[in-house]
Amino acid sequence: MRLREIFNIRTVAAILVICTLNVTNTVTFARVQDSTISSTTAAIDTAAKAGSIDLVPSSAPLISTAVDTVARYANMQPIVETKDYSESYKVATYYVLMFLLLCVFIAIIGKILKVHEISREMQGLKAAFNGRRIQGVFLGIFLLFGLYGVYWSYAVQGPMSLHESASEHGLDIDFMFNTTLVITTIVFILTHIALFGFSFQYRGSENRKAYFFPHNNSLERIWTIVPAIVLTVLVLLGFFTWRGITNVSAEDQKKAINIEVTGEQFKWSLRYAGFDNQIGNRNYKLTTPTNGLGIDFKDQKSWDDKLTSEIVIPVNKAVRIVINSKDVLHSFYLPDFRVQMNAVPGMPTTFQFTPRLTTAQMREKRNNPAYDYVLLCAKICGAGHYNMQAKVTVVSEAEYAAWLAKQPLYYNDDVKRELQLVENSKTEEINKMALNKNNTIK
Amino acid sequence: MASTAIHDAVVSHQHDDHGHDHGHHKETFITKYIFSQDHKMIAKQFLITGIAMAVVAMILSILFRLQLAWPDESFPLLETFLGEKWAEGGRIKPDFYLAIVTIHGTMMVFFVLTAGLSGTFSNLLIPLQLGARDMASPFLNMISYWLFFLSCVIMMGSFFVESGPASSGWTVYPPLSALPKAISGSGTGMTLWLISMVLFVASALIGALNYISTILNMRTKGMDMWKMPLTIWAFFLTAIVGVLSFPVLVSAVVLLIFDRSFGTSFYLSDIVVAGQVLPNQGGSPVLWQHLFWFLGHPEVYIVIMPALGITSEVIATNSRKPIFGYHAMVYSLIGITVLSFIVWGHHMFVTGMNPFLGGVFMITTLIIAVPSAVKTFNYLATIWRGNLRFTPAMLFAIGLVSFFISGGLTGIFLGNAALDINLHDTYFVVAHFHLVMGCAAIFGMLCGVYHWYPKLFGRMMDERLGYLHFWATFIGAYLVFFPMHFMGIDGVPRRYYAFTEFAFMQEWLTVNVFITWAAIISAIAQIAFLWNFFYSIYYGKKSPQNPWESNTLEWTAPVEHLHGNWPGEIPSVHRWPYDYSKPGHHTDFIPQTTPFSETMSSNLIHDFEGNPEAEHIQQQWDKEHAPERYTPEQV
Repeated sequence: MRLREIFNIRTVAAILVICTLNVTNTVTFARVQDSTISSTTAAIDTAAKAGSIDLVPSSAPLISTAVDTVARYANMQPIVETKDYSESYKVATYYVLMFLLLCVFIAIIGKILKVHEISREMQGLKAAFNGRRIQGVFLGIFLLFGLYGVYWSYAVQGPMSLHESASEHGLDIDFMFNTTLVITTIVFILTHIALFGFSFQYRGSENRKAYFFPHNNSLERIWTIVPAIVLTVLVLLGFFTWRGITNVSAEDQKKAINIEVTGEQFKWSLRYAGFDNQIGNRNYKLTTPTNGLGIDFKDQKSWDDKLTSEIVIPVNKAVRIVINSKDVLHSFYLPDFRVQMNAVPGMPTTFQFTPRLTTAQMREKRNNPAYDYVLLCAKICGAGHYNMQAKVTVVSEAEYAAWLAKQPLYYNDDVKRELQLVENSKTEEINKMALNKNNTIK
Repeated sequence: MASTAIHDAVVSHQHDDHGHDHGHHKETFITKYIFSQDHKMIAKQFLITGIAMAVVAMILSILFRLQLAWPDESFPLLETFLGEKWAEGGRIKPDFYLAIVTIHGTMMVFFVLTAGLSGTFSNLLIPLQLGARDMASPFLNMISYWLFFLSCVIMMGSFFVESGPASSGWTVYPPLSALPKAISGSGTGMTLWLISMVLFVASALIGALNYISTILNMRTKGMDMWKMPLTIWAFFLTAIVGVLSFPVLVSAVVLLIFDRSFGTSFYLSDIVVAGQVLPNQGGSPVLWQHLFWFLGHPEVYIVIMPALGITSEVIATNSRKPIFGYHAMVYSLIGITVLSFIVWGHHMFVTGMNPFLGGVFMITTLIIAVPSAVKTFNYLATIWRGNLRFTPAMLFAIGLVSFFISGGLTGIFLGNAALDINLHDTYFVVAHFHLVMGCAAIFGMLCGVYHWYPKLFGRMMDERLGYLHFWATFIGAYLVFFPMHFMGIDGVPRRYYAFTEFAFMQEWLTVNVFITWAAIISAIAQIAFLWNFFYSIYYGKKSPQNPWESNTLEWTAPVEHLHGNWPGEIPSVHRWPYDYSKPGHHTDFIPQTTPFSETMSSNLIHDFEGNPEAEHIQQQWDKEHAPERYTPEQV
């Protein structure tokens, strides 16, 4: 029983009020605090008046400990002198005390309810507060607030998140999305009305007996078959949309502009295929500081490959992205274009899409002159994952051609020099080996 | 029958025991509370360990929510508690942010919602609801708990290694999880994670085999499979899923250990990390994903099915109505069990897996929505025209149904490969799985705790605090996860340390603050639960024999725990567990142990299907008592 004595409500409340006052003197919440305290004291008074709770005189050591704690916090300032955190400790203490006060407040309400109930019981009356029954009412109220909340979210956050797709296949995806959204929202609303509505309507009573209804085959058949049909429609729609996006014919693949994207911690490297529209081979073992992507320059297709720092693509022209990774998994994600594909080391992946809105058009549509398309990494890849981005710009075809012409080649002088060096050292080595051989023969 | 023989043997053994007035056991503190082999004590051990892990994981979630809400502000207290290494100047570092996200996920999914939920309630309820003295193998049961405990300790221990805990997400995708150079958490922390997982899988497997053998072999007289409560069906099928899928995780983990420590290339290929060209070639990171999700997807059903079983029982009891469509409920569970094994690919639509496979997995995934829909509608039909008693357990059960609907419906978006392109790895996914398997399963667990607390501890929890806990948690959870859907649709990826680097995410910063406050409030509400839970163990009101007027067998066992559950003979079972509010009976519940001969006034001809003699007797009785006989509207 000792535990109960220590947690005697009046004692704890008194201590808390004192401590809170102490702390608030120094923290700038004084005004808010005053009103809270007065209301709490009032509540404590009521509790005391309600009486019949056997109260034991407050335990002195507890107060002193609490005061000690406060004192210790005050003394802490010199200890952490180098970094002055005293303010934040005070704030933290303040919040902790507020929380404890809340606990006491809740405990008082609980006691009042209990006392009330006991007194009703002693007078031989039926308990006025039927805790269980009233929960049904709360569920009904929750339904109303919940429905409004859902409406509010759809109305306010919906427009914040649903934007027109900037790619052609994105329109199909958005159509699918909207279809699914309408169906699921209807189901969501109806089932929740049923769930909370029934809870409200059939909240228990002693005078009633539930309706014995163990099963009904036709009902069960209906709610197996109807979802099955709806899902079949969604599956078929989804399947063909998916195949349409991912199953690009060889002919269409040839028509597309080839761009290679390589993810590494924590940046994207870009390589445009150049005039031949063919990306040169790579071998990760060739990676050096100058040849970061390990491009195999023996492959002539790589000689015209262009190095860029951002993605610029022409509008209304198919783009085929070849996605690579140097180190860990990344994910090539363009939310505006409804494009996502993981970058897997050792396994190039692809995604083909056609932009339909230039950056300028999108800025106009979103009414935001600073808006830019952006490339994100969507697969956890390390500490810099949250900031692995590249700018994406969609322009007219003429602008694209002009821009591309200005981009430097990968096969630049530095690379050539390095290759030359490698070549030289190789021949040297061969010569050395030949010399060695000669020596040994000798 | 084999089961009867075993049963008799156990009974006679027990008679001997109690003949000696308990002196036979010689229980010490260690055998009673620590290395206990009693299923009820092991259930409590699982529950309390699970709660402890839940508290740790919840605190971690508050830490990263603080970071997300106020990315530019410093909280000096964090430096005090976490040290300069992880929270210099009171700001959580990106490395540590990923670590807490990872450990939050791992702990919640495995330790809380698998071991804490399944471990607790399978252990408590399987013997008690089936009428068995204990588990098939009490010793293995004990081993199962201690392996779980050890795996928890190792996971917690990973916070104290220098390179920090595992931080590549709870799915630990290689190569990130295989390369300490790519992230410091993939050093010793990851090794500990892998060891912890191997132990955990061993624990889960031993437990699951035990559950299956107990359910198949140790049911009391009259308890055929179709008279089992839905809880037991759910635990049974969950255990089967676990046995078939967990070993695959071990194989994946072992291969990852090889890659990390012995230079093999199962998951690694063509990697240049920190300027160094690695020799590994020919492996595939996608292989890990296949192996991981072959467990990982069934795992979410391992998490949700026991919760569904628990709520079926609680909703029926507190609606004072039979669960609607008992057979359909069982068949839909079986359907979910089977389908859960052929849908794992929906986690991998955009990982570079062959797009055709994506199409196939999409079809199987959306099929699984049908049994789930059936379950939901059956819950609604159970509540319809019931006489609902809103105990805290019942409220949590209703909360589960709500979350299951909300989270399930967003699954239809994510299961659709075409829509997944834009939603994959965004906050939409976070919202989806937190609602459907996080909140729903946690609510199932809390529902079970409130409902079976009297059985666990022989005392009652305080209902008012239960209500407070429910409302704060329920509303809080919706406020946390509902807005996340919209962030996801806008394209905000998950596991982002801060939203500050992208212009389009700026508008979600205020939403993040809102979410964090909602999370803090619902986290504080859990203190009401913890207080209620631990206080009531010592000071709660003493529980009556059958506090919820329930039909199932566990409420016939004495309130005071005793080894072997029932003094004397185990009760035998005569009817299904859902005879609530049966017309013609004077109370609104008829326990499973009541024979039909004592309830002539309420028996239906349907109750005796396939037994012409009993049907005849009943018809005879009905004729004789025609005037007082209640005529059912619908049979």
